[in-house]
Amino acid sequence: MEHTSLLERILRGVALTLVVIFFMFPILWIFMMSFQTNETILRIPPQLIFEPTLANYTALITGKLMTAAGTLDIAFMRNLWNSVFLSVTSVAVSLLLGVPAAYAFARHKFRGSEDIAFTLLSFKFAPALLVLLPLTLYFQKLGLANTYFGLIWVYQLICLPLILWIVRGYFEDIPADIEYAYRIGGHSWFATFRKIALPLAGPGIAAAGLLAFIFAWNNFVFALVLASADKQPVTVGALAFITSSGIQYGQISAAIVLSITPTLALALYAQRYLVEGLSLGAVKG
Amino acid sequence: MASLELKNVVKRYKSQTVLDNLSLTVADGETLVLFGPSGAGKTVLLRLVAGVIDPDEGRIFIGGEDMTDVDAEFRGVGMAFQNFALFPHMSAFDNIATPLEAKRSSPSAIKAGVESVAKLLKIAHVLSHKPRALSNGQKQRTALARALVGSPPLLLLDDPLRNVDAKLRFEMRLELPRLLADRGATVVYVTQDYKEAMALGDRIAVMSQGVIRQLGTPEQIYREPASIEIARLFGDPTINLLDVKPARDARGVYVGLSNVQVHLDEAPETAIGRDCVIGLRPEALHFAEDNEPGAIPVTVEAETPLNEKIVTLVRTVRGREILVSRPAGAPGRSEGKAHIAVDGKSALLFDQASGERIGAKNVVKLRNGEAA
Repeated sequence: MEHTSLLERILRGVALTLVVIFFMFPILWIFMMSFQTNETILRIPPQLIFEPTLANYTALITGKLMTAAGTLDIAFMRNLWNSVFLSVTSVAVSLLLGVPAAYAFARHKFRGSEDIAFTLLSFKFAPALLVLLPLTLYFQKLGLANTYFGLIWVYQLICLPLILWIVRGYFEDIPADIEYAYRIGGHSWFATFRKIALPLAGPGIAAAGLLAFIFAWNNFVFALVLASADKQPVTVGALAFITSSGIQYGQISAAIVLSITPTLALALYAQRYLVEGLSLGAVKG
Repeated sequence: MASLELKNVVKRYKSQTVLDNLSLTVADGETLVLFGPSGAGKTVLLRLVAGVIDPDEGRIFIGGEDMTDVDAEFRGVGMAFQNFALFPHMSAFDNIATPLEAKRSSPSAIKAGVESVAKLLKIAHVLSHKPRALSNGQKQRTALARALVGSPPLLLLDDPLRNVDAKLRFEMRLELPRLLADRGATVVYVTQDYKEAMALGDRIAVMSQGVIRQLGTPEQIYREPASIEIARLFGDPTINLLDVKPARDARGVYVGLSNVQVHLDEAPETAIGRDCVIGLRPEALHFAEDNEPGAIPVTVEAETPLNEKIVTLVRTVRGREILVSRPAGAPGRSEGKAHIAVDGKSALLFDQASGERIGAKNVVKLRNGEAA
């Protein structure tokens, strides 16, 4: 590898650039659209050169959407906050419930443990729309419809099986002898769970948490049916941009940019730990 | 101070019985070696004692107390694992310190404890390293240090030298007995290496298929093996085994080897007329003068000098191959025709069908209890 010629390096650079452009193009285009007005976006043919405007972002942040038909109030920042709150709380609850459960499924083979674990996974097989109708009826009876509590509960359908099954695999990969050694040393099983199992499965828990966060963040249909305007996350809130006077592409783009920023930031931040986790796993017993 | 007693312990995995009604007593301060091929149940036995798995039947006593239903953390034993089982996210220091932390020792006491045991095992200079930065030998010593640091009255060592190189294994074989004796702890040591077993054990329990086949001092196991199987496991070069049918004449019991009558001292009468296997340790044979009574004519096939001893492969008239061992410098032949003679005292007679030694005094049917 030391003797790569200049040509080779250039070619490799070009190839990498092409791949990155291919995959990143939609995001790049959305990013550019977010700085344009509807008129410049809808120009044919589309142009790369334009005069950037912050109007879209201003509209989102102030909550005043100017359209040809007049001013419209939108609750984008509220929606963004709802997304953050719902996703973070759901993942937190799932981790709290799922990690100990995953440990139990990994370490203690009790009667029916496989069945229970599989049942939990099967929640992910059911089409959301099929579940939603009865769920909505129940939730209305129970007074859980249009509450954060109810939404977070339903979000467990997304997060819990994911976390449970990913983290379980990580716990199973820890050699049992390591935990035995700690217990023989005089520590309780709970101390062993906290000081040995949790740190060693840490990267897996981080990965599962991140994935669950992204799924929760991207969820659309549960929130669409079960939440009204003031509890809706951005995915549902974006519908507000389809106005009677047309689709607000500029604002939609700006909204997308704002709403993918948290997940992107989280992924970049967690990347370090994920890589660290992979190299830790390479160490034998 | 802790003796160990297992009473009628049974452990099954699904339909397979791993330990079959096993009873065993280890005296306070004694080092007992569990020796046997893999799958014999040695490690399972150790884990039962440590408390990380539970027996299906039977009781386990440590220091006279029934520990069968006591959780691992309250049994106060130290254990070193074959695969070391170090905590990969902790430094060697923290690894060794864990048993002391469990006792809620003060930080200064932990530091002193870890450093003294590290010095003893010569790993003081690598205490800050994570396990992945340690060599196999250092890992093994760290694991051993972790088992020793709390001065547990009962130490369980699961083949700790298995995964280290030959040189270190040899060194540790010399160091360990001293180290263990100084601690005064009761030790149960698992190994598959007969030399390790002989070097370390006050007594050796030979296990196979979940049963203790023989329990005795290293000397007893070597001189009076209970069966062909055990005789084969101990000794290098391995014991010579030849089919014979002992008979009797005026001088006593003899066996025919290559048409030569070889008289055996102390041969049990019960062997006469039975299909037997005679076990002759290579060092119980020597090269003899041609006219010596009982000398067997052989052809020398090959000779292997092993520094302190010379091992010769010879072939009898009937084509049976025999190994003869002699100390370097003792008279012998390295080629051509020769004669060998048998030291009649150390010949062992086994029953051909059952493989058990005939006339074995201290062999008890071990299925239902403790060996004498």
